[in-house]
Amino acid sequence: MNASNWTADFLARLSADITVAEIDLSSAILWQIESHAWQRFAELAVQQNLRWAAGWAEHVQNRFFINACFEKQGEYILLRTIIDDSNPELPSQATVYPAANRSERHTQDMFGIKFIGHPDNRRWTRHQAWIENSYPLRKDFPVQGAPVGITPPDMHYPFIKSHGTGVYEIPVGPVHAGIIEPGHFRFQAVGELILNLEERLGYVHKGIEKIAEGREPESLARLAGRVSGDTTVGHCWAACMAMEQAAGVEIPPRAALIRGILAERERIANHMGDIGAICNDVAFVFAQMQFTRLRELWLRTNATVFGHRLLMDRIVPGGVACDLSDESCSLIKKEIVELRKELAEVILALDLNSSLEDRLYTAGFLSEEIAAAFGTVGYVGRSSGQDKDVRRDAPYAPYDQVTVKVALENQGDIASRLWVRYKEIMAALRLMEEFIDRLVAGELRAEWQTPPAGSEGLGIVEGWRGEIICHIRFDADNKIARFYPRDPSQLNWPALEKLVLNNIVPDFPVCNKSLNGSYSGNDL
Amino acid sequence: MLRILKKILTTGVVTERFKTPKDEELEQLGIEIKSHIDKKFSGSIAIRQVDAGSCNGCELEIHALNNPFYDIERFGVHFVASPRHADVLLVTGPVSRHMQTALLRTYEATPNPKWVVAAGDCAACGGEFGVSYASCGAVSNVIPVDVVIPGCPPTPLELMKGLLSLMNVSA
Repeated sequence: MNASNWTADFLARLSADITVAEIDLSSAILWQIESHAWQRFAELAVQQNLRWAAGWAEHVQNRFFINACFEKQGEYILLRTIIDDSNPELPSQATVYPAANRSERHTQDMFGIKFIGHPDNRRWTRHQAWIENSYPLRKDFPVQGAPVGITPPDMHYPFIKSHGTGVYEIPVGPVHAGIIEPGHFRFQAVGELILNLEERLGYVHKGIEKIAEGREPESLARLAGRVSGDTTVGHCWAACMAMEQAAGVEIPPRAALIRGILAERERIANHMGDIGAICNDVAFVFAQMQFTRLRELWLRTNATVFGHRLLMDRIVPGGVACDLSDESCSLIKKEIVELRKELAEVILALDLNSSLEDRLYTAGFLSEEIAAAFGTVGYVGRSSGQDKDVRRDAPYAPYDQVTVKVALENQGDIASRLWVRYKEIMAALRLMEEFIDRLVAGELRAEWQTPPAGSEGLGIVEGWRGEIICHIRFDADNKIARFYPRDPSQLNWPALEKLVLNNIVPDFPVCNKSLNGSYSGNDL
Repeated sequence: MLRILKKILTTGVVTERFKTPKDEELEQLGIEIKSHIDKKFSGSIAIRQVDAGSCNGCELEIHALNNPFYDIERFGVHFVASPRHADVLLVTGPVSRHMQTALLRTYEATPNPKWVVAAGDCAACGGEFGVSYASCGAVSNVIPVDVVIPGCPPTPLELMKGLLSLMNVSA
């Protein structure tokens, strides 16, 4: 069954229950429904195996636009309902889709929209930086807010409690022992065994959605590049894609190919760092040293060829801010050959190491059912049988010109998440070679056109962590009205609470690293 | 096992690459850091890194200080797991309001004498995020700062330079 078939069939099924207005957006299918049918839609969607991919709201004049994004077989549906801002409430989709849980809580905290029947209506993004009953993303909330002295700690968040003989709690964070981002983990354990884990994130919430408002495209792209520093290419690309759709700007073919090379370089750099770090968390330092060495060489080439080690601000609205000379192309190609040779040696040493096998196999198990229920994406989903990759399923330039080989595993353990990363490195190297071979002379940047007020775009790309969804709406005069980036971490973080169960507390770091969620990308 | 040993042997000590002219600068920097540390900290300096709201870009480059090319530990600079073990707090990010108290408590938990290094543009001046309902902006808006290392993110080399200047400030 091809994609257009299922949307037509699904629409026919819906028509018995729900009135759907079909609106044609250049970037996606937009279906608008009545707010009272919000939950009913989810019930019908889950029966058809649609994946819930993202949810966010917008404040437009005196109304709230509430959006949810669904996906099946690479086809995306943007679902929307519009409600008055005087009494904003609608039925929750989190009752049907666990993936929508935190997203709806975020919307509740930021807009004061109530999701009726939500299984867990505790606050999520709000700690104590702004008071209850005030909502930062409403248009009448000043960007400076009304901070009073020192923001108090969030003392009274109602964590889940456990009782019984021998059960104890371990609170961890927000400041952790390593060089990592802040967040709080609350463990309940018996002996060394983890009974329950509850994540409390939101510590690095820095108001990205609010401070995006009123920016111009260039400035928004810079901000998007800092939603999560390790995914600077991915987020910047998604945001630029959304803006380009809104403005009707088409990027030149050469720019698309260079974007592809940048994205694959980012993927490889991060995967190499992760493989080393996973091994380091089970005290296999050899791999950590080898992979940090290879990563450093890779980043140095980034600096030489593109002018920035992490590739920040190389993607700009309309194209790219860097070119590739012939010398650079041959340098990259030579590096690819060398990296393959190095990886062959190092990976074989990992594969044949029985102590590594002992620690990584069966640890941190995430079943296919749970992975699907939470809508996990990227290497986390693909290690638990979720065969999704935007580059293949909903290809955008330059991926529409090549065959993307998607790595898939179904053991669902830490070892799977390591091997998927390795396979993705190998596939990414191949893609980079293909993109370089296809490079055509031409412009690097299309001329920007000011989009009409109210125009919107939905950028969807495969970042190194997985699918990134970015929604952007413009005001008049080239100004941003709304920027919402959905980092893959937002879908993957809840899976961590599940995959650590029945593991021992000392294995939490390696479980966490195998998922490697972004705190910044989650907290916004 | 033989395979691992062979790879270790064939890889060799990559740290020596700094003898080439371009990277010699780092080696010299490192030595200078060490001489200052020797004076002030008896050959070692313990750093507690605190992400107070960064995008995690700075963390990636701070991590790189421990890779075999920079190997910052050879100069007696090492990262510790608790502020109570630390001489220096290396703080990144604009300080998010949700991290304000945590940062203050980390600062209070660090024994005197202590120094604070603000690493990255956000920590230096608020960067792309500035001051808002959710962000306190620069680290110096929350705790006293001794050295600022600009950059988005600062490269490992720039981070080393920053540590050097800390020594100069406190010497």
